[in-house]
Amino acid sequence: MTADPGYNFAYLDENTKRMIRRAILKAIAIPGHQVPFGGREMPLPYGWGTGGIQVTASLLGPDDVLKVIDQGADDTTNAVSIRHFFRRVAGIAVTTRTREASIIQTRHRIPEAKLTEGQIIVYQVPMPEPMFRLEPRLTETRRMHGLADYGVMHVKLYEDVACHGEISIAYNYPVMVHGRYLMSPSPIPAFDNPKMDRMPALQLFGAGREKRIYAVPPYTSVRSLDFEDHPFRAHRAKGCCALCGAGDSYLDEVVTDDRGGRMFVCSDTDYCEERQASRTENAA
Amino acid sequence: MRPGFADPVLDTQASFRAILEAMSRPGRIQRLEAAPTPPAPLAPATAAALLTLVDAETPLFTDVGGEAADWLRFHCGCPIVPQPGQAAFALIVGAPPSLSALPAGSDEDPQAGATLIWQVAALRGEAGWRLSGPGIEREHRLEVRDAPASFIGEWAEMGRAFPRGVDAILCAGRDLAALPRTLRIREG
Repeated sequence: MTADPGYNFAYLDENTKRMIRRAILKAIAIPGHQVPFGGREMPLPYGWGTGGIQVTASLLGPDDVLKVIDQGADDTTNAVSIRHFFRRVAGIAVTTRTREASIIQTRHRIPEAKLTEGQIIVYQVPMPEPMFRLEPRLTETRRMHGLADYGVMHVKLYEDVACHGEISIAYNYPVMVHGRYLMSPSPIPAFDNPKMDRMPALQLFGAGREKRIYAVPPYTSVRSLDFEDHPFRAHRAKGCCALCGAGDSYLDEVVTDDRGGRMFVCSDTDYCEERQASRTENAA
Repeated sequence: MRPGFADPVLDTQASFRAILEAMSRPGRIQRLEAAPTPPAPLAPATAAALLTLVDAETPLFTDVGGEAADWLRFHCGCPIVPQPGQAAFALIVGAPPSLSALPAGSDEDPQAGATLIWQVAALRGEAGWRLSGPGIEREHRLEVRDAPASFIGEWAEMGRAFPRGVDAILCAGRDLAALPRTLRIREG
């Protein structure tokens, strides 16, 4: 597919790309720090990945192969429409295969397959500020980040332990990056948090409504906050995928009828399909 | 007047990805194939980095003058400022200024720290400085020919002010490497 000649390559104008590119470089130089940028209005509403799309548009070149996932799936509305958007405005190749992609834009999951040095993962972020439920004033949270004053988050985790006996955060579990910045990993399940630590791929985060970009460079320490006597645990549903039998992947629970029938399936559709394909090959 | 990029959109993109890779994996040398042929004393990689990142929104401090400064004004459209303390980018082809002369941002806005685009005689991997920090699995090596002896000491001094600091992009010929402020440099 060739790019629509009615748009500049990858939709954004060159001045906007340059501004976003400068923000991305500063974000990499200060791992976990939220860099403000001049977010543009995009042809889809906030909450549909406008931040991620602007980051991806500033990266994309004609040789890139793009994969887009929404909650692990390549075939959901958000993923399909973003892939279609970039095929139209940049004419680039797209894939659903994690291993074939050079750029992976994601909403709320990290693929099960290990990412490599040649890849970049772009997260769509609804709320970049990890402390916004504890301190709604951004002027205050900016100061707290400046002073590395994260006591309020430790108190929240402590209160969780006191009230529920465990830290009750299932997704968007706060992390400490490079031992300095408290960061929201975007609403990925806590199950995915360990994958961020010392990942060989570059991780970029774009928040369109909040107009912030942040980053985790490759091989950077990303630690999920916890206590010595209540260490971080990555939760997953107890069970195996009903389609591919995987016992190690993150599972979605699917209700199958109105009489309590349900099944667990892999949230990462590409991982599941590859496993199913290899099982069929082995059986044949 | 020498031209800028042959393809302003795609050459800028290719050059940005090289700079992105350099900044994410500090000390790893990137080669810019699609670089312009700028007026002396600018090297192709230096010119590519400037065209990719500098524009009317970014005041530039520089020690080049004459045709090179005119070329910059025309192609980047950037204001050229007389003091390094006013700059968002500093382009240096001679002896680098003291890092403390460049803006380092504040603890709340460390991204306001300047970017030093420093043209050096030659860059070589697998020798010289020992680099560690974010972006580096174990250790990267980088040899910067004719780097002043005081640079490592100044860099370490700046590291104590993290997150405030300056980031550097080193250019030589068509080669480019980057030093983000998180980098630790030891003598090889």
